[in-house]
Amino acid sequence: MDFGFSEEQNLLRDQVLRFMTEACPLAVVRQCNGRAPAELWRQAADLGWLALTVPESHGGVGLTWVDLAVVLEETGRGLSPLPIISQTLAGVAIRRCGDEAQQRQWLPRIATGEALFGVGLYDDPAWIDPRAVRLAGAATLTGSKSFIDDGAGATHLLLATRDGDELALALVDASDAEVRPEPGIDRTKPAAMAILDRVRPLATLPMDAEDLGYITDCGAVAVALEAIGAAEAVLEMTTEYAKTRIQFDNPIGKYQGVKHRLADMYVDVESFKSLAYYAAWAVDDAPAELPRAASLAKAYAADAFARIGIDGVGLHGAIGFTAEYDAQLYLKRSKWARAAFGDADFHYQRAATLGGL
Amino acid sequence: MDFDFTPEEQAFRGEVRDFLAANLPPPQERGRGFLGDWLAKVRAKGWVGFSWPTEYGGGEGSLTEQAILKEEMALHRAPPLGTSYMGLAWVGPGIIQYGTDEQKRRFIPDILDSKVNWCTGYSEPNHGSDLAAIQTKAERVGDHYVVNGQKIWTTGAPWADWIILLTRTQFDVERKHDGITCLLVPMDSKGIEVRPIENMAGDRNFAEVFFTDVQVPVANRLGEEGKGWAVTISALANERSSIGEVTQMFARLDALKALVKATTRQGRPAASDPAVRRRIAEFEAKIAAMKYNGLRYLTKQLRGEPLSSETSVNKLHRASLEIDMADFAVELTGRAGLQLRGGSDAVDGGSWAKSALGWPGVVIGGGTPNIQRNIIAERILGLPKD
Repeated sequence: MDFGFSEEQNLLRDQVLRFMTEACPLAVVRQCNGRAPAELWRQAADLGWLALTVPESHGGVGLTWVDLAVVLEETGRGLSPLPIISQTLAGVAIRRCGDEAQQRQWLPRIATGEALFGVGLYDDPAWIDPRAVRLAGAATLTGSKSFIDDGAGATHLLLATRDGDELALALVDASDAEVRPEPGIDRTKPAAMAILDRVRPLATLPMDAEDLGYITDCGAVAVALEAIGAAEAVLEMTTEYAKTRIQFDNPIGKYQGVKHRLADMYVDVESFKSLAYYAAWAVDDAPAELPRAASLAKAYAADAFARIGIDGVGLHGAIGFTAEYDAQLYLKRSKWARAAFGDADFHYQRAATLGGL
Repeated sequence: MDFDFTPEEQAFRGEVRDFLAANLPPPQERGRGFLGDWLAKVRAKGWVGFSWPTEYGGGEGSLTEQAILKEEMALHRAPPLGTSYMGLAWVGPGIIQYGTDEQKRRFIPDILDSKVNWCTGYSEPNHGSDLAAIQTKAERVGDHYVVNGQKIWTTGAPWADWIILLTRTQFDVERKHDGITCLLVPMDSKGIEVRPIENMAGDRNFAEVFFTDVQVPVANRLGEEGKGWAVTISALANERSSIGEVTQMFARLDALKALVKATTRQGRPAASDPAVRRRIAEFEAKIAAMKYNGLRYLTKQLRGEPLSSETSVNKLHRASLEIDMADFAVELTGRAGLQLRGGSDAVDGGSWAKSALGWPGVVIGGGTPNIQRNIIAERILGLPKD
């Protein structure tokens, strides 16, 4: 029984922290609009973070989701704009749905960052369900796909499609489509819409509802893991402020209205951290438990982080409201994290079903 | 990261399960002599005081074995391993850490054998959460202390044989945590009067306890004179793993789900009401969080890393679950949910209604939720004290 990280994983954490502090501090994050700078991207690829869970036989590092958890938690702490989640999900989807030749062709390119993926699953903005996949077609695709994560600047798109009742993942050359970046609340998590006009996919991977659910669960777990670091950053920033900001002759952190809210934040972060670590472990080691573990983790994280994002700004008072202060960046991320791969209500309703109701 | 147990740990779990299969009949088959037999058998196994050193009759189980024992006992809804919760959870560990050899020989076996019931004389009328401000006075006269004062909210006082009593031996102190002395006092001492207090659930298990010129031999002092605060703190910190509680919580959640499935609201099945479903899933997420928090903290202990006050996290979850699950069941079942045992439409024998009135015993007992928040804010986050 050991629910903790190994020495190697702790070293990986140090490495990611160093990268985030030196190469990708918030001053750099603020400059990003739509896509992380290419040199950051290159560095992340060189460090192996794009290929962490890709098997070694396909040019990856062959590590587990628990290792990935470390990377996502620490990049999340610094609101990294690196689309590691989309790139990871592309790898997950191709491994699960692609045949051997497709895996051989695409996984190494994902690992090196030669292919950068945008991922679009559901056409409906608030429905996690196979029926919410609407883009139709097979040999060619015509229509539009909304809500493509990290679509702008991607070299390739992985899009959920349907042909009658059959679902599939279409692997599309991004330059074959018209990709429109969408203005959104969180500029570090850019979404795009793609217009397709008789686009011929480079590959079509058959997918069933269970596959779609699995990819969505992996996405939900990844978002919950990023939220750990981000929420801890808010808690730390706000706690430091509460220790030094003097009002009515005392640091505001002395007042229970402030300190109790901070204590509750701590309780929530500790709790969804435990749920998310367990879900990350379940991806590789207990896949049968993944749906429930993912839903409990994402539901708790989505609600708690959204509240922490708001209170992080609110407890700072007016300074928290300014563009210059960093708290607002986290509030924006929390809104993105809430909706991504199913919000708290979706995941709680699903957990109720999985729990026998 | 792995959730596997070693072969030895698995063997221990098997041993516990075999024992329970052989010695724990279903509730309806338990006769008059069951509890006495049960206590003797778990005692013979060395499972009472399982975390205590064998030198004093404990089982000296490893941290993981302790967790396994608690989990299996809770999973099979076994009765407690002793009749004195306070003795096992608070007094025994305190005596082991601070007691003299004579005190250990005198008190520990009786706790392990369920021969003596203990209560804890901590709170006073003006000092509950602010425990260090106690005023009950103990004055040294020869080889005795003479105690005068009053305790309140003393759980178990009406049937306790002994009380672990927090007194003040020095009043002119700079820090109120100094000058406190811990005494072990027989409840039949001359000058002790117990007045039970009825709680809102109708039970009379806590009490006011009055002390008038009560004589306590100096030999009954636990720890040094004036250093009683350290003894108290160690007792408060002694409740560690929440693993047994988590198992109980999952069992209650299962009962709540069964209730939801058997209930209609507004003419429709409650199980299909999204608001009901969400509440149930939120409870489940909290209980699962408690479980995995507990395993993370256990891992820290196994690795020899110090635990700070992280256990307050699960105490806060437990508090809200205690209050909210029973309250939800009462609301869910409408007018029937209000009926107590014996009511024509009482739900699950009125047990939810009873729990909806009984939560303060658990929630306020070991430090109110706001005290837990202070602990987290001050000891973990480093915020200034009030």
